[in-house]
Amino acid sequence: MPNALARGTGGPVTGLSLSSADVRARAAPANLGDRILRVVLRGAALSLVLLVVGMVAEMLLRATPAIRAFGFSFLYTSTWDPVAERFGAVPFVFGTLVSSLLALLIAVPLGLGAAIYLAELAPRWMRSPMAFLVELVAAVPSVVYGLWGIFVLAPLLRTWVQPALGKTLGFLPLFQGPPYGVGMLAAGIILAIMVVPFITAVGREVLLAVPNTQREAALALGATRWETTRIAVLRYGRSGLIGAILLGLGRALGETMAVTMVIGNRPEVAMSLFAPGYTMASVIANEFSEATSDLYLAALVEIGLLLLVVTVIVNGFARLLVWSVGGAVKAARE
Amino acid sequence: MKTLIVGLTLLVTGWLAQPAMAQSLINGAGATFPYPIYSKWFDEYAKVDPEARFNYQSIGSGGGIKQITARTVDFGATDGPMTDEQLKQAPSPLIHIPTVLGAVVATYNLPGNPALKFTPDVLADIFLGKITKWNDPRIVGANPGIALPDQPIVLVHRSDGSGTTYIWVDYLSKVSPEWQQKVGRGTSVNWPVGLGGKGNEGVSGQVKNTPGALGYVELAYAVKNKLPVASIKNAAGKFIEPTIQTTTAAAAGAAKNMPADFRVSLTNAPGDDAYPVASFTWLLVYRDQPNEAKGRTIVKFLWWMSHEGQRYADDLLYAPLPTQVVKQIEGTIKEITYQGKPVMAAR
Repeated sequence: MPNALARGTGGPVTGLSLSSADVRARAAPANLGDRILRVVLRGAALSLVLLVVGMVAEMLLRATPAIRAFGFSFLYTSTWDPVAERFGAVPFVFGTLVSSLLALLIAVPLGLGAAIYLAELAPRWMRSPMAFLVELVAAVPSVVYGLWGIFVLAPLLRTWVQPALGKTLGFLPLFQGPPYGVGMLAAGIILAIMVVPFITAVGREVLLAVPNTQREAALALGATRWETTRIAVLRYGRSGLIGAILLGLGRALGETMAVTMVIGNRPEVAMSLFAPGYTMASVIANEFSEATSDLYLAALVEIGLLLLVVTVIVNGFARLLVWSVGGAVKAARE
Repeated sequence: MKTLIVGLTLLVTGWLAQPAMAQSLINGAGATFPYPIYSKWFDEYAKVDPEARFNYQSIGSGGGIKQITARTVDFGATDGPMTDEQLKQAPSPLIHIPTVLGAVVATYNLPGNPALKFTPDVLADIFLGKITKWNDPRIVGANPGIALPDQPIVLVHRSDGSGTTYIWVDYLSKVSPEWQQKVGRGTSVNWPVGLGGKGNEGVSGQVKNTPGALGYVELAYAVKNKLPVASIKNAAGKFIEPTIQTTTAAAAGAAKNMPADFRVSLTNAPGDDAYPVASFTWLLVYRDQPNEAKGRTIVKFLWWMSHEGQRYADDLLYAPLPTQVVKQIEGTIKEITYQGKPVMAAR
């Protein structure tokens, strides 16, 4: 093609007619508006990187007294005593991970189930109003969930759920101890309720994006409704669905207010789900404003840093999962 | 178009410049506990002195101490007195001015919510986790005639760092050597037992919802929400019900031995009527004011607050200062200077 040649060599253009490619290639560097746009967008992208780097640097700086004082023992001890200034992060890391995991255990089947129903099975008139409701639930502020947790969920757990669990499954260490209502179980359930709408809303969008040809192909092969959904739809949308779960996990890891109100705020590593616990986000929110000594403040900042690290590790792990799944899907398609 | 822009600019700059010239904006930050009465005072005081404008941010006592030390505000506010070490970090001497008193009360959830009595040693042992049942003979002994259930005590404490916690554990530290040694005092401590609730509402919510629960909240919060409160045996050996009067009595009892800088804990104070878990809350100002106009406004406000302002305390459920303490505060206010000269005399 002559214009490709002309672009490649940058050679002279003969005649008056310019092809569109030539116009684009020549106009791009000269156009002031484009250049400004490029600079602005590059700035926007860089500012995000700077923000993260700045955050980490600032937190490292502020946490230095605690890092110096405790070293690695911060990561494996479990005493949190602001009076004696001895600090260990184990109960908080434990609480964050366990409450989030518990939340996902409840929320993933529920959220994905709802998403599949809304995208595949629900009658047409029901879909939009239901989807709207799901998004509405996602917008409820967390303090409202927290208050509901204290005044409705915790008493419910204490009087009915926990005694029943203790009676039937009490031989498991997970369901032993006095039923306080508040505690790890309450935190997991609250988080699950908060996470479900995210998983459902995003999951539904993902499933709706699956091309109909997939379904038709499966149905044409004589697959049942369930088989079609499993083989043609879920498989196709797998990486997107994992993304939806990740979004939920992100919210669960960082959620502060609602969890603080129902988890019991006791820095302890307990086997039982009935026992009170504590999360990293909660201890920062609880103690930061009244932390007066430098070492105390530094320890709280180090918890923040640790939260960032844990989030990065969990997200990185999940990314790997997505990649490996995505790779498998691609390989299967080829 | 141009005239419009010029006009707008003039308007905006005029609006920005005007308060700076006519009024002095005094910035303060600190304790959350006295915030309702402070904002009432700043409102009322603006009627007395229209040129004074106050801006107070209730960011917590820790933040208040930090900001006044860094001189980013004109006054600080705290629920716990600054330590010697903290005072040393300030660039110039800071003084504490008590404003009102607060009390911390034990609240509980028992069938029928009888009026309970606690002795200091029993209270300390409950919070140490040594007394675990409501029908423990030591609790029963102080409460003759009350049927206490065979039920575990579910302790609820504050999970957020708070002046309320400080006052409560300061009291426990005074009455129990074991508490002092094992736990100590602070705005957050390593609780031997119990669940943490966020804020007064978190603690009282958990107490209300848990049969057999025992927790502590501010007196004002307990009165407003009609929570059952316990009488506690004071240093004079009397069981005292927490009220505004018995809280003021705690400061009156301590007035005889009041240190000149007011940095005193009022827990377990002497006096027949003194409720033992009470405390001042303080404003923090520099003894030598860096700005003459602001210094004068602050001094005038402090005088008004400790006299006329005290009558607003009752309605907002704070305990007013006893007269002996007000007399002593007068002396301290007169000591505030600008460049070495007393601000009061310049009035």
